[in-house]
Amino acid sequence: MAMTAAEISDMIKEALPDAEVTIEDLRGDGDHYAALVVSSAFEDKSRVQQHQMVYDALQGKMGGQLHALALQTALPEAS
Amino acid sequence: MTDNPAITQIKADVEANDVVLFMKGSPMFPQCGFSAAVVQILSQLEVKFKGVDVLADDTVRQGVKEFSNWPTVPQLYVKGEFVGGCDIVREMAESGELEDLFKDKEVATA
Repeated sequence: MAMTAAEISDMIKEALPDAEVTIEDLRGDGDHYAALVVSSAFEDKSRVQQHQMVYDALQGKMGGQLHALALQTALPEAS
Repeated sequence: MTDNPAITQIKADVEANDVVLFMKGSPMFPQCGFSAAVVQILSQLEVKFKGVDVLADDTVRQGVKEFSNWPTVPQLYVKGEFVGGCDIVREMAESGELEDLFKDKEVATA
């Protein structure tokens, strides 16, 4: 059971409401995605913690239903 | 703290070895592209590491996810500390942070 990009994005946004989520379906197979998540919630967090926050948002789907999600996290650019 | 023997073993491994990579397959024959990518990065830096094949033992495969609250393999540990999975290691390698980390932790590189 694969997930759609919209499902992934919705789950992340539910946990991190200010997040800007960009998802790319790498092979067009609904199974290998790359996600860029930009959120102010990442402030003062280590990279590991930032990724853990996204994985937590996906509620255990990562590594299971969601086979491959290349993840990149970032803070919003200071305007 | 835990009565899960797999987690006790994982803890012992990351404490006994400077650099440990939990991966799918062996460093010589990785069985997953993400594991292979991290092996390649470590090899380029000429860092000696212990590879633990999680496919060889399902309790380790599950245990390592619990150990660092991290859902996927590969997982890289340096001096007992969880550094990250494939994405983080790749990002750190590109920016030079990984080499700095090995220097800071006094792990021999090329």
